Amino acid sequence: MTYRQAKYPEPLVFELSQSEREGGFFNPEIEEIPEIPPKLRRERLNLPRLSEPEVVRHYVRLSQMNFGIESGLYPLGSCTMKYNPRACEDFSALPQVRDIHPLQDASTVQGALEILYRLERMLAEIGGVKRVCLQPAAGAHGELLGMLLVRAYFKDIGENRTEVVIPDSAHGTNFASAAMAGFRVVVIPSNSTGRVDVEALRAAVSDRTAAFMLTNPNTLGLFEHEIKEIASILHDAGALLYYDGANLNGIMGKTRPGDMGFDIVHFNLHKTFSTPHGGGGPGAGPVGVSEKLEPYLPVPIIQYDEDKDKYWLDYNRPKSIGKIRSFFGNFAVLVKAYAYLLMMGASGLKEATEVAVLNANYLKEKLRRIPGFEVRYDPEAPCKHEFVLSAEPLKRETGVTARDVAKRLLDFGFHAPTYYFPPIVPEALMIEPTETEPKEELDRFVDAMKQIAEEARRDPETLKRAPFSTSVSRIDEVRASRRPILSWKQFVRLRK
Amino acid sequence: MGHRFVPNSFLLKEMLKELGIDSVDELFRDIPPEFRTDRLNLSPPLSEQETLWHLRRVLSKNRYQGEIPIFLGGGCWFHYVPAHVKYITQRGEFLTAYTPYQSEASQGLLQALFEYQSLVAELIGLEVVNASMYDWATALGEAALMSCRVTGRRRFLVPHFISPERRSVLQNYCEGIGMRVDEINQDPNSGQIDLDHLRNVLSEDVAGVYIENPSYLGFLEEQVDEISDLTHRAGALFIVGVNPISLALFKPPGEYGADMVVGEGQPLGQSPSFGGPSLGIFACRNDMKLVRQMPGRLIGMASTLDGDERAFCMVLQTREQHIRRERATSNVCSNEALCAIAAAAYLASMGPEGLKTVASISMANAHYLMKRLAEIEGLDAPAFHAFHFNEFVLRRVDGGTMRDFNQKLLQENIHGGHILVSEFPELGESELICSTEVHSKRDLDRFVEAAGKIMEGKK
Repeated sequence: MTYRQAKYPEPLVFELSQSEREGGFFNPEIEEIPEIPPKLRRERLNLPRLSEPEVVRHYVRLSQMNFGIESGLYPLGSCTMKYNPRACEDFSALPQVRDIHPLQDASTVQGALEILYRLERMLAEIGGVKRVCLQPAAGAHGELLGMLLVRAYFKDIGENRTEVVIPDSAHGTNFASAAMAGFRVVVIPSNSTGRVDVEALRAAVSDRTAAFMLTNPNTLGLFEHEIKEIASILHDAGALLYYDGANLNGIMGKTRPGDMGFDIVHFNLHKTFSTPHGGGGPGAGPVGVSEKLEPYLPVPIIQYDEDKDKYWLDYNRPKSIGKIRSFFGNFAVLVKAYAYLLMMGASGLKEATEVAVLNANYLKEKLRRIPGFEVRYDPEAPCKHEFVLSAEPLKRETGVTARDVAKRLLDFGFHAPTYYFPPIVPEALMIEPTETEPKEELDRFVDAMKQIAEEARRDPETLKRAPFSTSVSRIDEVRASRRPILSWKQFVRLRK
Repeated sequence: MGHRFVPNSFLLKEMLKELGIDSVDELFRDIPPEFRTDRLNLSPPLSEQETLWHLRRVLSKNRYQGEIPIFLGGGCWFHYVPAHVKYITQRGEFLTAYTPYQSEASQGLLQALFEYQSLVAELIGLEVVNASMYDWATALGEAALMSCRVTGRRRFLVPHFISPERRSVLQNYCEGIGMRVDEINQDPNSGQIDLDHLRNVLSEDVAGVYIENPSYLGFLEEQVDEISDLTHRAGALFIVGVNPISLALFKPPGEYGADMVVGEGQPLGQSPSFGGPSLGIFACRNDMKLVRQMPGRLIGMASTLDGDERAFCMVLQTREQHIRRERATSNVCSNEALCAIAAAAYLASMGPEGLKTVASISMANAHYLMKRLAEIEGLDAPAFHAFHFNEFVLRRVDGGTMRDFNQKLLQENIHGGHILVSEFPELGESELICSTEVHSKRDLDRFVEAAGKIMEGKK
């Protein structure tokens, strides 16, 4: 049996539009519609006119031309694509979640505040931190908040620190977040085992250093076991240690970032805590901090008054940086993460981490034995939740690249791994199976990789044209960026 | 061992054996013993049903729109979400996908996002819309940074009457690059931008002039052409913040010279959910000088390598953090893609007439309330003499407080507006009231009746 993604010649909504059809959802009760002054009035609105069945069929067809974790294995490294419990969707659809307004009187949203308060406590426990701000809407947003907290801290204690140190294997967002917060980025190389070069770090850290941003396990899936030394280098220099939580699924319940010496920790709820990624959000990127950074956290802080059994919003925080987004964050996402944590419990989280790491090591051992692939850095050490395979031997032998391998994997009904990242590994394929994949699926993946390696030797030219089983064949992305067409409005103008 | 989300728990021994190790602890031997956690202090796992019971119990303390009428807006609005829009965003293929890095396997998501960009482009009257930002406030922050990249200037002007939260987020986004945010005065009676003041503050270091239309306090700005003119003559960019629903009725910013548009897309097919998920709208003129400085994902129309088959993919990725790192136009990675799909499905379903109906009912309801409340002695509405969309400022002028007014409304199972006393003390005892099509005429009449009783002192 071979995999075949659905394919419809599905037009754009504008092309489907028929002039006579109408929405007709509402019956106005008040007949008197105020007269809008001509100067303010809109003359023309070009939206498509479609009936409800047409809209539903259109988007169902589009959905079928898309691959999600519910479709199959999604080993996208550093993205933790695990099964998203359907129950959490039901919970977050309750009217007491959906139909409450962020500006309601606190007495009318005690349930919402209780959930936020409890979720904050749970994340603080998992991260080993004092308090957690739930507002950031994504991991990178959390990084930006973290860097702004670093800024506020040093401003408050009267130190002018302008640099943030980042390892060359870090996620691109780290560099961008530090720069957005106004820091100069200092990059340090990894050592021969793919971990932080402690001597290079020591040399890079000075009284200009504000923080060091570290992902642990790092993007190679390797645990930074010299973390104690790393933390003291930073703290001895008066600088802060920032934890990028993208890879928390490799250590959750086994160790805690706060215990390792991290001062600021961000969590990716849409990765580690299984809220669905939505095709690129909404996510949630809460930020936890140690005691000395607590005063700078965004307002409001949710407090609990035990005597009155009431939750209340604390805006009286003179050192707070203010707001990082409006209201309280992506609340419906936070509810899903809260429900997930309740269903997993302490034992379930630990089990999830253990099996995520077991699955990754299982795949790593099988895949690195396939001729054409290798693990560059410290191959004998256990990886954590992910590992990076290099397809360079295969490329040298056959000309087939990591991208070709990734595209060909789509034909087997798998999503592709992350490729060409981290940049320190040539022809990188970054693979993260997560704990929710059954062994049979992992074995099928190994078989597919074997077959692809064979195809690369037998018929590299065909392989380079993959995929063949997706809705469309390989796309000319270079040309699409040269003269970008970004909307129907622009398309119509150009066509004229 | 054996959580239902973790299939291989049952095969642990077998898989460990294949790896040639005895215990799963072997896989964690690189974590220094001093940092190992024995046990997290969290409760034992709950079943799905127990979780539901718990959530129902906790959430029963919330009062929600539908159970009681809630007259709040201020950047987050109640609008009816058709069932099929919710269904579309619950399709697992959309819901559980990552960012569409593999375009060949993600055509559905990419086309839906291209449609979102296209539908919003029609609504606001500009050709280039990105695939979403986190919310209105962060979109505004990014717009300020972009105006700095485009003009090389470091000052940004905002109106006096702006949501303090939005203003604070903007301040934080500008902090890093040392951009200064200054205020433009607004006429205290009409809320209209003080053009003389704008002329005075518009110096050569201003990167962008930002206005909101309708404003945070519900009134429309009539001098948009003059503001646009002044801004452009000073070499700055003109940026407009919008509630997209209002654009079914009001002239879109693209028709009065806006270079960029930001706004809150949540009312397009999403419930408030206590303020999130939200959907940051971000758009600009189709000028490559601007487009190349855009933050966030952009979806473009493309074709396949082997022929002319139409396809979609992410474009201009060299602006982004995963390629450009610290020189990227923004750090944004995950955005609000699923909310953008909801907005696309909503706009495609409403069509021009449906959207106008939503906007008209919202406006008619608010104007009805405005008129009826103003008839009550001790109340005054609207605080600004200008045309309003579906929000307005109600003032209490009898010496009593709005806090007391709202508390008494709550006793009648009505949630009043957003109290403005601490945000804009110059408005006196006042609150921002909003109505949309989720309120029935009965809800409006109950509000008016309760307000009358409270003001007569019978409550």
